Amino acid sequence: MGELNVGGKTVAVDEEGYLENRDEWDMDIAKAIAEAEGLEMTDNHWEVVNFLREYYDEYQIAPAVRVLTKAIGKKLGKDKGNSKYLYELFPYGPAKQACKIAGLPKPTGCV
Amino acid sequence: MAKPTFDTPELKPYQEVPDIPHIEPGAMAHSRPFMAKPEHNESIGYPGELVDNWQEAGVKRLGELVEGSKALRVFLDTCVKCGACTDKCHYFLGTADPKNMPVARQDLLRSVYRRYYTFAGKYFPKLVGAKDFDKEVLDDWYNYFHQCSQCRRCSVFCPYGIDTAEISMAAREVMDSIGVGQKYCNEILGKVHVVGNNLGLPEPALKDTLEGLEEDVEEDTGIPIRFPLDEKGADILLITPSADFFAEPHIDGLIGYAKVFHQAGASWTLSSYASEAANFSMFIGSGANLKKTAQRIRDAAEELGVKRIIVGECGHAWRVAYSFWNTLVGPFDFLDPKYPAPMHIVEYTYDLIQRGVLKLDKEANDHRRITFHDSCNVARASRMGNMPGGQFILPREVLKACANNFYDMPPDTIHEKTFCCGGGGGLLTDDLMELRVKGAMPRMQALKQVVDEYEVNTLVAICAICKTQFAKTLPYYEYPMSMITSLHEVVGDAIQLGSND
Repeated sequence: MGELNVGGKTVAVDEEGYLENRDEWDMDIAKAIAEAEGLEMTDNHWEVVNFLREYYDEYQIAPAVRVLTKAIGKKLGKDKGNSKYLYELFPYGPAKQACKIAGLPKPTGCV
Repeated sequence: MAKPTFDTPELKPYQEVPDIPHIEPGAMAHSRPFMAKPEHNESIGYPGELVDNWQEAGVKRLGELVEGSKALRVFLDTCVKCGACTDKCHYFLGTADPKNMPVARQDLLRSVYRRYYTFAGKYFPKLVGAKDFDKEVLDDWYNYFHQCSQCRRCSVFCPYGIDTAEISMAAREVMDSIGVGQKYCNEILGKVHVVGNNLGLPEPALKDTLEGLEEDVEEDTGIPIRFPLDEKGADILLITPSADFFAEPHIDGLIGYAKVFHQAGASWTLSSYASEAANFSMFIGSGANLKKTAQRIRDAAEELGVKRIIVGECGHAWRVAYSFWNTLVGPFDFLDPKYPAPMHIVEYTYDLIQRGVLKLDKEANDHRRITFHDSCNVARASRMGNMPGGQFILPREVLKACANNFYDMPPDTIHEKTFCCGGGGGLLTDDLMELRVKGAMPRMQALKQVVDEYEVNTLVAICAICKTQFAKTLPYYEYPMSMITSLHEVVGDAIQLGSND
């Protein structure tokens, strides 16, 4: 288990850097995780992260990739509602990398 | 995600007899998946952490397994070290680590078995290569038994028919029994027991996802195609890997199944209680968990009152369903005896095509130049249809009925000699990415042959693990992720919807 220090606040993360407790998440932590992943958060990154958190609050799981692309297409325009665009934002995969930045647990299984 | 710290193997031209790599002892000694937390182990009936008397307990458990399985005893006793298996393993070919020669990996367990359960090993251990079960051996077990995907390709070439997978499964069961579990498998199995699927996808999220799919497909096709959930009295229960609800390209396969059911006029349903075909218990060699996980499916089928069970595109699930369900949770005498129990979705679609029920437009797939990856558990541990080799014939016949351009990869890499995708057997986890990329090399080499010769641009698979593994590893070999495609996406694209109305 590891720790992440952001602006004087220390939060617990697992071996891969996913937050142990998602209630400890804030935007600074998201930025720090993104930076460790080599990503700079733009408004469009935040749209994805915020949608993931809203969806998780309602369903206790991250959305299917297709659900996510549809929602992002509605918010950012149809040309961005596809997984290719999401992979441009999150090269390691929208499901895993974006979940990590959003402070959500890693999706498990054959995904 | 940190940048990879390893080199992707170079793809050489395919050759029938592969170059045996110059061995690099210890090349993968650092490869070790994350260990399960105590709660993961406990949730599936194992001690949370390494138990105090682990050496004694592990040796005892190994003895019980050997006592309980004549097959395992024969596999441990009969190896003559002929070496036929050495260059058949994708992980050895990709990593050059001599402990990834199947014979050497098995010997990590065999040497312990010999020490405690054979006359020569008890009294003359050094003479017969028998070893004490100590910390160093346990570490080697954990590292290298998580570098076997239990694909059983080596077994095809073994003159004694030794089933290596059984030995890897036994090693993992012994480790679990003393509190040494692997996070990926054990966390997932815990979720299946509580939520009903590997993802931990609860019923409301599944329902929302399926409703969204109905909207999308109607928008795309103009036809209201249903994705029913928990519908009592449906004829067919579809049991499919939960990745089909979540990931790409898996979900396009699910859409394909729904189009097939729609066009056949079938009454079908998914179950939120048994929303998972996968049964990772097999990977960790746990009989108790294998039965418990399979039982959910039987219970759901009885509760919903279905007449048939059809299994979606999942490799090891089909092995469990085809080979083990009846023994574990059978008999399935409440189902309609007119149909195979269980039936694979490919068998179902093939049968509809044979009977002319599906109208297919092959030209809809003219942009695809297709090859087919045989998934190891379908190829070497099960069958489809009513003819020998049906598990190879049916998927190819379905593809050829749906598309004009189909090209097989070289014969030594398909059918029963298929190479594993590199991510099977409970190894499909990010912490083993180096192993997965290197283990994919032999398959990528065979793929390169058909890409170069026939301009193949579509790699079709019928296994959720294979699909995810290829989606992740193709880019390392400079192929696009989008090459990997579900078989039923190809079917779905060819179906002439509404043509029977």
